[in-house]
Amino acid sequence: MSTPLQRVRGLGASHSGTGHFWRQRVTAAALVPLSLWFLYAVIGLAGTTEVSALIFFAHPWNAILMAAFAVIALYHAALGLQVVIDDYVHTPGTKIFLFLLIRFAVIATGSTCIFALLRIAAQ
Amino acid sequence: MADIPQTPPAKTRPLSPHLTIYRWPVTMMTSITHRATGIAMAVGMLILAWWLVSISNGPEGFDSFHAVMDTPLGLLVLFGLTWSLAFHLCNGIRHLAWDLGYGFSKPGARQASIVVIAVSLVVAFVIFAIIWTGNGGYLR
Repeated sequence: MSTPLQRVRGLGASHSGTGHFWRQRVTAAALVPLSLWFLYAVIGLAGTTEVSALIFFAHPWNAILMAAFAVIALYHAALGLQVVIDDYVHTPGTKIFLFLLIRFAVIATGSTCIFALLRIAAQ
Repeated sequence: MADIPQTPPAKTRPLSPHLTIYRWPVTMMTSITHRATGIAMAVGMLILAWWLVSISNGPEGFDSFHAVMDTPLGLLVLFGLTWSLAFHLCNGIRHLAWDLGYGFSKPGARQASIVVIAVSLVVAFVIFAIIWTGNGGYLR
């Protein structure tokens, strides 16, 4: 009763369809305004004391934008690094190990950024 | 049944020369640089996390961050990351334009590559000039 459509729907040779491609593009588009804001923030805080940075990131909007930038940039980075590994690493075991390593590193880095922002907000 | 060779041929199969033989077109340069800057910034995210943690750690933590990043090597890394962001942002917009079906003509792609390289370098130098001339730090 099934047609070949069942195998194609959302999948294909990569077993994940166009999901990776689409997420890479959506995060890229989101990062255009977020990186411009990030540059504005970093240039504005360059050469200032930690008190200026504390006051800046204690502001809810700045904390939210910084958290959004960090999380989306890390997600975009994980997707991009996965493509690099797909292109150059051809041993299945090494490949899966590197995928897991990237995801672990990205989640650890993102959690650290958010924890630091929460700690700043609590001060 | 045809004989199936049991041992692979001694010589590896010939490979058409690619990377080593051609003069690199500028589009090839921007393509590999996009990937390299992306990898650099992925590692640079660790510096961003460290910066945020150092801010939350009070004056001592912040000073320990600056003790490392204010060195010539630290500043070189920060300049590299600034240029990487400028390049990846400009070239990324080009990628999004390609996804929408624009910018595929050969002269157009070449010109856009040169524009992206030039603009990203100018942006990176302007950002460092703003900071060095004391025009940064406006969020004080």
